[in-house]
Amino acid sequence: MSMNNQGRPTSATGSSTSDQFETFSGHKGLRLAEPLIYEIGSRETTGVDVEDVGDFEMALGGLERTAAIGCAGLSEPDTVRHYTRLSRLNYGIDMGVFPLGSCTMKHNPRLNEKMARLPGIGDIHPLQPQSTVQGALELMNDLSHWLMTLTGMPAVALSPKAGAHGELCGVMAIRSALEARGDAREVILCPESAHGTNPATAAFCGYKVKSIPGKVNGRVDLEALKTALDDTVAAVMITNPNTCGLFENEVKEIAGAVHAAGAFFYCDGANFNAIMGKARPGDLGVDAMHFNLHKTFSTPHGGGGPGSGPVVFSDALKAHVPLPFVMQTAEGALELKEWPEIAEGDDPSMGRLTAFHGQMGMYVRALSYMLSHGGDGLKQASEDAVLNANYIQASLKDVMSLSFEGPCMHEALFDDRFLKDTGVTTLDFAKAMIDEGYHPMTMYFPLVVHGAMLVEPTESESKFNLDQFIGSMRGLAEAAKAGETSRFDGAPYFAPRKRLDETQAARKPVLRYSEAD
Amino acid sequence: MRYLPLTSSDRQLMLDKIGVRHVDDLFRDVPADDLNPDIDLPRRKTEMEVERYLSKMAAKNIAAGSVPFFVGGGAYKHHVPATVDHMIQRGEFLTAYTPYQPEIAQGTLQYIFEFQTQVAQLTGMDVANASMYDGSTATAEAVMMARRVTRKKRAVVAGGLHPHYRAVVETTTQFTDDEIIALQAQPADAAAELQAVIDSIDETTSCVVVQNPTITGHVLDLRPLAEAAHAQKALLIVVVTEVVSLGLVMSPGEMGADIVVGEGQSIGNGLNFGGPYVGLFATNQKYVRQMPGRLCGETVDADGKRGFVLTLSTREQHIRREKATSNICTNSSLCSLAFTVHMTLLGEKGLREVAKVNHHKAQQLKAAMAAIERVEVLNDTFFNEITIRLPKDATVVVEGLAAKGILAGIPMARLTPNAGMDDLLIMAATETVTEDDIEALAAALKELVQ
Repeated sequence: MSMNNQGRPTSATGSSTSDQFETFSGHKGLRLAEPLIYEIGSRETTGVDVEDVGDFEMALGGLERTAAIGCAGLSEPDTVRHYTRLSRLNYGIDMGVFPLGSCTMKHNPRLNEKMARLPGIGDIHPLQPQSTVQGALELMNDLSHWLMTLTGMPAVALSPKAGAHGELCGVMAIRSALEARGDAREVILCPESAHGTNPATAAFCGYKVKSIPGKVNGRVDLEALKTALDDTVAAVMITNPNTCGLFENEVKEIAGAVHAAGAFFYCDGANFNAIMGKARPGDLGVDAMHFNLHKTFSTPHGGGGPGSGPVVFSDALKAHVPLPFVMQTAEGALELKEWPEIAEGDDPSMGRLTAFHGQMGMYVRALSYMLSHGGDGLKQASEDAVLNANYIQASLKDVMSLSFEGPCMHEALFDDRFLKDTGVTTLDFAKAMIDEGYHPMTMYFPLVVHGAMLVEPTESESKFNLDQFIGSMRGLAEAAKAGETSRFDGAPYFAPRKRLDETQAARKPVLRYSEAD
Repeated sequence: MRYLPLTSSDRQLMLDKIGVRHVDDLFRDVPADDLNPDIDLPRRKTEMEVERYLSKMAAKNIAAGSVPFFVGGGAYKHHVPATVDHMIQRGEFLTAYTPYQPEIAQGTLQYIFEFQTQVAQLTGMDVANASMYDGSTATAEAVMMARRVTRKKRAVVAGGLHPHYRAVVETTTQFTDDEIIALQAQPADAAAELQAVIDSIDETTSCVVVQNPTITGHVLDLRPLAEAAHAQKALLIVVVTEVVSLGLVMSPGEMGADIVVGEGQSIGNGLNFGGPYVGLFATNQKYVRQMPGRLCGETVDADGKRGFVLTLSTREQHIRREKATSNICTNSSLCSLAFTVHMTLLGEKGLREVAKVNHHKAQQLKAAMAAIERVEVLNDTFFNEITIRLPKDATVVVEGLAAKGILAGIPMARLTPNAGMDDLLIMAATETVTEDDIEALAAALKELVQ
């Protein structure tokens, strides 16, 4: 079909009534409303063609499923359309700056995705003979080498499925080591600024959690820590760089004090992105540290996982790593050690944390990222991440209130003092950022400052992107101070949804579709 | 470096703005002796070089799709429609974070709501969560949840539970108050295996954990077990490692389960050498507040439009810290999206059909194995997986078949070493298996056992 020019050219005239009327369809131009699959499809609809095997006698012991299941199907075109429409209601790193502090929302290279889909990686079974997966074991070995070298630690457990699972692995290793030496201890110390997973993990392993206060400069109070340390303390869990975006400058003194008390130093490695190639936790006295491959090493966050949480260990803990792990045989082949060789009670390993060998799909993506950067590029990436955060800090500190003076690491922490008496809260400010086209920064975390705003740009942002972002943030800060509260009250105005009623959701939970609704 | 946008002059301008001379001035809090250590790692590689390097490793592995393939045991080779992988690679899904800002995460939240509905329907339960890491960790969480619900701590684990799952339950609960009673597997006598569970229940029992179909493939009628457990106020936890079976086998909910956990890999997700997978977790409405993990719920926005949010988060670590129901944070969202897209393509009709094909292929496999002299099939009932007894060591046979380009299954001894089960082989047949594959397997096996 050819185009003629009837009605053309169009021009930018006409009244501006964009949001002033409701459409008949419920759609608004490219903002397409999308019902649930249950409202579009039916139990009889399907988007697959399946081989017809006819009727035959079942061998299910009379347990055939005769009652309706209820799952709605859609044809293939409707399935593609449904999920495409849903995707457009989301914000992702691919769309713009995602300054979510503590989460390291960096670019997810597509090469990683391609590598994870090689048949020799994506289409191998965890329990096929080990002779048929030597390349996979080699990949795991390679990744282990990179992780141990970057941290200066002598051992690594790859299998934990995410950061919190890694913490569990680390704290269980600590408890195993203490029990092995007949030393029952009952307390784990966490700073007030810790991620919620730290105390949750400690409690999971049967420990009491005690909080240690921070200093006015945003670091752990070494003297308070020393006072709290005694022979009941199993471990101290500290995030470094910490959740205020600061490096614990007394980290070696902390490690020294912890070890002198016979306790272990667990480091939450969520913020490792600031120090790749710049500093090694092994040099700083750390006994165990988990990585989040989905933060530091660019595996996609995927809307909340899958993650991957390998843990590196010091000599004092390495005997207690979980099964399975890769080892080399005398003949040079690689082998997965899946079960203890000695009687179970005598084996120092903590046991098995997951059904198989961990997140292979994430290992390959992380390794692809590391190989691409090389040791030199990883160091550059950390330097750029820290540079970007300090640039934001320097560019905003005159209009927003910086929580702690001095250079930050890879994230800059502000609090809500600059909003005092404006009627605008941290939440309002965050929601107004959505209207500016940005995902909000982390808000109300860490808990040690009031109305926290934790901004982590990562190394993926160009100076141009940062300058645009800074311009928006300055504009919002100035608008708040100038009393333009309407910009904030009901924000976001331009998102697919206005603010949602979370109270109603929790009071009378509707957690699934049901036809009665 | 192709992923790093800053140029040298950008960096200089930025350092000037910050008011420092060198980037290391920003690292002044790192102890000086420890800054910039010598690190012996290779230098950066081009995209092509990385591809070459990793492809070489991949080429050393035998891909499931390239050979007759009968390996199952908690991870299954199924056909995943091309649409699934295309949809999960949309950047708006792939590169999103956990939906803590619901106004710009309705895409993620709505698919989680659909996922929760699908999982609840498949398992026959009231509600499901937004996913766990995998089936094994979900099982451990279920045991701990049963302790919270019943305020009892003795969990009885059936012999038919995947031995790796049992190990995960034991490892995960070693420092909690739970007491785990793990029963012996009885691959040749499913009824006795089930009866042993019933006989182990007493008034101190918090829960019984039973897998259906079992690790050796048997399909169990769990109704008598549910009755026995409930009589002692214990919960019935049903583990499903092959979720496609729910298209053909009566649901755990219908048989009286209180918690259903499972491995969702079979729907939408590849084998991936064991992960990432997607843990399913479903239960009844009355236990919702004791559940681990994220939940998505329906609500309205300021304009009264329907929308979705994460809800009941007062159970979770970021609010409750050491009092949380679990320490889980990140789960398997993108894998749950793959599950949901595949499940939407299937619908009830497609799922029932695929499940039927699986059962049919397994019947063909069983017939072919039963026809081989000195090979004994142990299953009267099964879905898509059977266990056979060989006249020699199954590990040797599996290696021998692998050398012939056939991946025949899992020697039971790999899952339970030193248990006197060296002659048992677990084999799965999904819709991806062809008659030629079964013929090739039977011929090669015949040769090896004669």
